[in-house]
Amino acid sequence: MLDRLADDFAAVAPDVEFWSLRLVDETTEALTVRQGVLQPPFNHRSRGAMVTIIDGGGIGYAATSDLSPAGLAQAAARALAWARRSAGKGLVDVKDFPRPVHRGEYRTPVEHPWESVALGDKIAWLMDACAALKIDPRIVDWQSSLAHTRSDTLLRTSSGGSIRQTFEYLSPGLVAVANEGSQTQRRTGGGEDAACQGGLEQLARLGFPDDARRIAEEALMLLSAPECPTGTMDLLLMPSQMMLQIHESIGHPLELDRILGDERNYAGTSFVTLDMFGSYRYGSELLNVTFDPTRPEQLASYGYDDEGSRAERVHIIRNGILERPLGGATSQARAQGMAGTANARACSWNRPPIDRMANLNVEPGTSSFGDLVRSIERGVLMDTNRSWSIDDSRNKFQFGCELGRVIEDGELKRLVRNPNYRGISATFWRSLAGVGNRDTFQVLGVRNCGKGEPNQVIHVGHAAPACVFRNVEVFGGE
Amino acid sequence: MFRDYFFELADKLTARLRGDEVLLCSLTGEDSDFVRLNRNRIRQAGSVQQRVLSLDLIKGRRHAAGQLGLSGHMEQDTAQAAALMESLRAQRPHLPEDPYLHYATEARSTEQVHDHALPPSDEALDQIMRAAEGMDLVGIWANGATFAGFANSLGQRNWHSSATFNFDWSCHHAGDKAVKNGYAGSRWQLEVLLAKMEAMRAELELMQRPPKTIAPGRYRVYLAPAALREILDMLAWGGFGLKSHRTAQTPLIKMVREGRRLHPSVTLLEHGAAGFGPMFTPHGFIKPDHVVLIKDGAYGECLADPRAAKEYGVAVNSAGESPEAFDMAPGTLARSDVPAALDTGLYINNLWYCNFSDRSNCRITGMTRFACFWVENGRITAPVNVMRFDESVYHILGGRLLGLTRERELILDSGTYGQRSLQSYHLPGALVDGFTFTL
Repeated sequence: MLDRLADDFAAVAPDVEFWSLRLVDETTEALTVRQGVLQPPFNHRSRGAMVTIIDGGGIGYAATSDLSPAGLAQAAARALAWARRSAGKGLVDVKDFPRPVHRGEYRTPVEHPWESVALGDKIAWLMDACAALKIDPRIVDWQSSLAHTRSDTLLRTSSGGSIRQTFEYLSPGLVAVANEGSQTQRRTGGGEDAACQGGLEQLARLGFPDDARRIAEEALMLLSAPECPTGTMDLLLMPSQMMLQIHESIGHPLELDRILGDERNYAGTSFVTLDMFGSYRYGSELLNVTFDPTRPEQLASYGYDDEGSRAERVHIIRNGILERPLGGATSQARAQGMAGTANARACSWNRPPIDRMANLNVEPGTSSFGDLVRSIERGVLMDTNRSWSIDDSRNKFQFGCELGRVIEDGELKRLVRNPNYRGISATFWRSLAGVGNRDTFQVLGVRNCGKGEPNQVIHVGHAAPACVFRNVEVFGGE
Repeated sequence: MFRDYFFELADKLTARLRGDEVLLCSLTGEDSDFVRLNRNRIRQAGSVQQRVLSLDLIKGRRHAAGQLGLSGHMEQDTAQAAALMESLRAQRPHLPEDPYLHYATEARSTEQVHDHALPPSDEALDQIMRAAEGMDLVGIWANGATFAGFANSLGQRNWHSSATFNFDWSCHHAGDKAVKNGYAGSRWQLEVLLAKMEAMRAELELMQRPPKTIAPGRYRVYLAPAALREILDMLAWGGFGLKSHRTAQTPLIKMVREGRRLHPSVTLLEHGAAGFGPMFTPHGFIKPDHVVLIKDGAYGECLADPRAAKEYGVAVNSAGESPEAFDMAPGTLARSDVPAALDTGLYINNLWYCNFSDRSNCRITGMTRFACFWVENGRITAPVNVMRFDESVYHILGGRLLGLTRERELILDSGTYGQRSLQSYHLPGALVDGFTFTL
C-alpha cells in the first residue's frame, strides 16, 4: 500500500527543488492483565504522511492522516507554503538538508511471529504470569503485559531515494507492588521498560514470564530492608541501571542538535562543545561507547534514518576519548561537516526528524561479575532504574534504583531499599573502574525518551555490561 | 465542521452494530502550525493535521477497544472503522467478561466551542522575530484548532473545540544563562508580546552579572508559579488517582495512612470548569466542575476514572486520574513584597526534570533552570548557577511553607506529545524556608 501511495504522490507532486514523502503505517496490539483481570485489549493503527518541500530557499513540512491523493496534494501545498514563508528566515541553509538517493530495505528478523500464538493463548500466558506475582497479601498491585507493534515506513524522495523499512517491536512486562503501612516498594521485570525488536522468541531473554516470582519476592523483601547507606563509596551498576546512566549522561549531551542549540528552550543544552570532539577525555580508558544500529534484537536498530542516511556501527567514545557526536546529516552539515551518525529520527509520521540516540551501547570489558564484586571494599550494587533527573546541560544528575545490595570486603551482603546516587557527568565516567564481560552484558532499551519541539517521545536502545564506579555519593530514603 | 462529520460517522458505525452491541466512539484531533525557532531564526516550520478515532465495542460485559486515524473522507473512514469493528468483534469470543467495564448510559449531550480568530502564523512570527531582534531566542510557536468528541450508540453526543496559540520561548545570554517566558491564549495582542520581550531584555541584563555558586545546604527560596508547577506535576504523578490511592502507590501515602497534612494554606483543586479541556471523558461521563484534592492541607478526594470508579465503588470524576486543570488557592503575600519577604535567598523562576528520590516520603529531586537569582536584603544581586534540590513536599508545602502569593498565574501547558496539550495551571508563588540543595 505504501508504495502505491508514494507512486500516486510522485505523479502529482509539485514542481519544486526537492520533496520527500515519509509514510508510516503502524499497528499496535497491547494486552494487560492486572490483578487477574484482563484490561480492555488495545488495538491501534496509525497511518499518515509527512511531506517535506525545499523550494526558493525555504523548507517546510506538512503532516496529514488523510492519505487520499487529494489529502497528500493538500499536504504538499501546505508544506510549500511553509517553505515560502521560511525563505530568508531559516536558521539552516537549505543546501545543508540531505537529498537522499539510496534505494534500500530493512526488516526486523523474526523467528516466532506475534500472530503465531492465538489471542486466547497470549491471554492465558498473561493470566499465569499475573498469578505468579501474587505470592503474598502484601502484594497490593500486580500486573503482566505484552504488546506488539509493527511499523511499516517508506521514505520516497524526488532525488530518487526510496527506503522501505519494516520494524517489529515487542514489549513484555511484569510489575509487583508491595505495601506495609506507609512503605510501598515496586519491582519490575520481564522486559518492563526494556522492549526489543523481534518476535516472541525474545520473551525468554527478557525474563518473561520467569521473572515473576523473583520480583514479587524482592518487592516484599524491600519492605523491611534497611535504607541504602549514605556516604561516598563504590557503585556497581547493573545493565538495567547502566542503560539510564548511558542515556542521560552520554546520549543526551552528545546529541548534536542540542550542542547546536536547538533544544535550549526545552530538553536543554549540553556541557559538551564542538571543540571537544577528537580530544576530550569523557571517561576512563575502560570506556568504549558505540552507536550500533546493527544489533537485530535491539530496540532502535534500522538500516536508514528518517533523513535517508545509511546507518552503521561507529565508535562514539574510544578508550575514554570522545570521537564523534550523535548527529544526523543536517546537523553534521551545520557543524561544518563534522562526522556524526545516522540518527535523524521522527517518532511518527506527524513529526519531523531530529537527532536522537538510537542504539547507544557501552561495549563489554573483561571482568567477570565476581571480579567486579571482589574489587569493591565498600559499596552498593544498584539494579533497575526508577528515578532519573539531570540538569539541562546534562551534567549534574541524580538517579535512583528499585533495589540495592550492600557490598563489603568484596562480597555481596544485605538488600537495601531506596538506593540513590548523584554525580556530575563530566567527571563520573572518569571514575569507571571496572567493566563487566559479555556474561554480564544485556541488551535493553528505553521506550519513552522525550525531546523536541513539537514534542516527540521515541524508543532508544542501550546495551551494557555491569560496571563499577569509584567514590560515588550514595544515599537512601527518608 | 468536523463535529458534524464525526457525529455522522458515529451514526454510520452505530448502524453496523449487531444485536445488543454498544459502541463508544471518541475523537481527538488538531489542525496546528508548529514553528521551531533557534537564534531567532526558523529551524523547522510546518503544520500537522490529525484526527484519531477510538472505538470501544461492547457486548454484555465483554469488549475490546481500538484506535485508527481518520482521513476525513466518509466512505474511506467508514470502511476502515467498520473493519476495526469487525476485528474487535472477532476478538470478543476470546475475551473474559470485564468486571470493571464502565461507560455512561445516560445520554448527556454537551457542546463547548471556543473558536476564535487566531493570528496568521506568519504574521505572528514576523512580529516575534522583530520583537526579539538582537536576542538569541529559542522556542516553539504552536497555533490552531484542537478538538475532541464523544458519541455512543445510546444517542449521547459531546463536542469540544478550541482555537489557541501557545508561544513558549527563552532568550539566552551564554551557556545555560537564559530567561524563559510564555504567551498563550486565543486573542493575540502584540503589546502583550512586546511587554514580555522588554521584561526579558531587562532580566537578560541581570543574567550578565557574574553568577553565584551556592554551597549545598538549606536556603530560603521563592518558587515562582512556573517553578511550583514542577512540584505539583510530581504530585499529579499518582498523587491523586484513586487506583494509586487504593494500591498504596500514591506519593502522598503518609497523608492517607498517617493523617499527615500539608500547610493549612494549601488548597488544591482539579478545576475542570475553569480549564481548557473537554468536560466529558472518552467513556461519556461528564466531569464535575471541580474536585477538591487538598483542602486546608488535608487530603481530599481522589480522581476516579471509569475503571477505578467501578472497581472501588465511587463516582467517576476524571478521564485519567491526573489533574488537567490544576488550581491552587492564593495566599496573602503580595507579589511586590516577595523580594523583601525573601530577604536573603534564591528567587527561583523555573525548576526542571523533577523525580522522586523517596516516593513513600514524597521526597523530590530536581534542578533549577533559566533565570534564578540570588537575593540579598531584598535585592537581586546575581544569577545563580544551576543547583540540584532534594526535598520532601511535606516540607515545601508543609512545615517550611512561609506563604503563598495573593496573585496567581494562569499557565497553559505548551506540551505537544502526540497532540497539543489542553492542560492548565492556575497557581500562586510560594515562599519556602529551609529548602535543601545538594549538588
